[in-house]
Amino acid sequence: MNRSRTRLLAIPYIIWIAGFTVIPLIFIIAKAMTDQGGAFTVGNLFAIFSPIHRKALIMSLSLAAVSTVICILIAYPAAIILRESHIKKKSIILFILILPMWMNFILRILAMQMLISNNGIINHILEVLSLPQIKIINTPQAIVLGMVYDYLPYMLLPVLNSILSIPQDVIEAAQDLGSDRLHVITHIILPLSLGGVGSGITMVFVPSMTEFVIANILGGGKILLLGNIIEQEFTVSMNWNLGSGLSVSLMAFVLITTLIFGRGNEERAGGFSL
Amino acid sequence: MKRKITALACAVTLSICLITGCTGGSTASESAHETLTVFNYSEYLDPEMLELFTEETGIEIKYEEATTPEEIYTKYISGGIDYDLICTSDYMVKRLIDEGEAQPVDFSSMEYSSNIGQKFWDISKSVDPDNAYALPYFWGTLGLLYDTTKVKGDIDSWDVLFNGEYAQDIIMQDSMRDAFMIALKYLGYSINTTNENEIREAADLLMKQKKDVQAYLVDEVRDEIVAGNASIGVIYSGEAYLGNQYNSDLAYVIPKEGSELWIDEWVVTKKCKNMDAAEKFLDFLCREDVATANFEYIYYSTPNEAVVAAMDEELKENPAVVPTDESIANCEVCTQNDPATIELYNELWKELKAQ
Repeated sequence: MNRSRTRLLAIPYIIWIAGFTVIPLIFIIAKAMTDQGGAFTVGNLFAIFSPIHRKALIMSLSLAAVSTVICILIAYPAAIILRESHIKKKSIILFILILPMWMNFILRILAMQMLISNNGIINHILEVLSLPQIKIINTPQAIVLGMVYDYLPYMLLPVLNSILSIPQDVIEAAQDLGSDRLHVITHIILPLSLGGVGSGITMVFVPSMTEFVIANILGGGKILLLGNIIEQEFTVSMNWNLGSGLSVSLMAFVLITTLIFGRGNEERAGGFSL
Repeated sequence: MKRKITALACAVTLSICLITGCTGGSTASESAHETLTVFNYSEYLDPEMLELFTEETGIEIKYEEATTPEEIYTKYISGGIDYDLICTSDYMVKRLIDEGEAQPVDFSSMEYSSNIGQKFWDISKSVDPDNAYALPYFWGTLGLLYDTTKVKGDIDSWDVLFNGEYAQDIIMQDSMRDAFMIALKYLGYSINTTNENEIREAADLLMKQKKDVQAYLVDEVRDEIVAGNASIGVIYSGEAYLGNQYNSDLAYVIPKEGSELWIDEWVVTKKCKNMDAAEKFLDFLCREDVATANFEYIYYSTPNEAVVAAMDEELKENPAVVPTDESIANCEVCTQNDPATIELYNELWKELKAQ
């Protein structure tokens, strides 16, 4: 009775997963494994290693990696400062950090474009102060800036969560046993928060890898990421088979990343709960 | 060739959905009504004209919108909705005709079809050789929009995009065929060439040019030139006209080497069962007052000579609205390429962008 009721509760979820994940995935894989005539091929899956696609893949990987590292470098110290601060209402700080996520992300990227374009707001201010102007729009740096701007909350939240949930007792014990502040951070906080960093990496790295809108808007169409190639195959070239093949290969890369960071994540989280 | 997606389009779409939704609900009970399902680019027809048509004829319009020719084609072919009438661009019109998806229409029996100038029926022949299927709706050119205060003298050639003089100050179209078209015309080749050497030569030229290009954009070209972020941009004539409204220092030119001439046309699909109603709708679109309302809604070049004749002199002399015959003498309509050439284009375009 109880069991069947639990099963009933799972029905909406199962319908959702079947309709919007499993079936589309089957279609994509079927497209990826055939050529435009419908014959079986694995060429589309390995097309990711052709010189042009490889170039875009390397660009995607490096921009995603740089963005992820910058997100960690910003989020981690911020989280430690927040933990040590004596602000009573940490939830308000958290609220302010999440606030940008409520705004449509395209809108935020368009705003960023306005800020950093050659005649943009930042350059106007620099001009008034007679400082040298920045020429960052339409470069890989601009894309990284956009990605960090958009995905920072996804890094901050898990990192902050894991750092805030370290019991004060553990830290006090370390201090009683003679640890100084730096030693507490490197030997207590860091190991205990790696789980949060792991999920932060997954949540920033994966969307950055598959990104194409930010590259279009802030890269001026001059920087080709794998996401742009997939978009082109579907919308312009009308080669859905190649587009699907590249998507599946990209999914493999994403899966590898998730496995590397996700598995360690679980182990650490498990260790912590014990 | 309507590419602009704006909030306005969303609002218009939404209001049309509401309007058609309402009328759909009320007429469901009196099912004797005739209906037509019309598929068009977004923001490409004055919505009041749809109401007027229903008022005059009693034929109810179900109106659907999309943004690109590929989207229109895919949605039509997938068969979810049986569209009676489709408005799409030259090469996609050709594809629909070639694939047997279009029905022949007797344009000569229509009252107002003679408003469409003979010139445009001739242009239409590049995709519909016997003028049997497609009705010209809007047309235009691809050219250069430039800031007269920032460039030296008048511009009349694609050369400014390739000679390095305006390095980092030019914006190209982020569209494969349009970008290649410029290089091909500059080199003196046809934009529909299937000669691999010519296409590769054009690609080499574009790769050399890339370092001088500030950005490859589609919808934002106009805004960037208006904002002064770049001095010269490759742009569609209708967009150039709008840019000129924001900043009167901007000028539009069709380079002397020639350019692409695009034409958007209506076709009746083979799924249409009410040819009489479809012809009434097409005839309605050709009527001067309706064509004028649609022209004033979009400001793309209209093939309707009655509308052109009634325009202000100032508008008539604007090359972005009414291109002169000599300026389009070297222009060509872009047609669908064979699969091998499409493949070559795709590869070279990716190579250019990944460079």
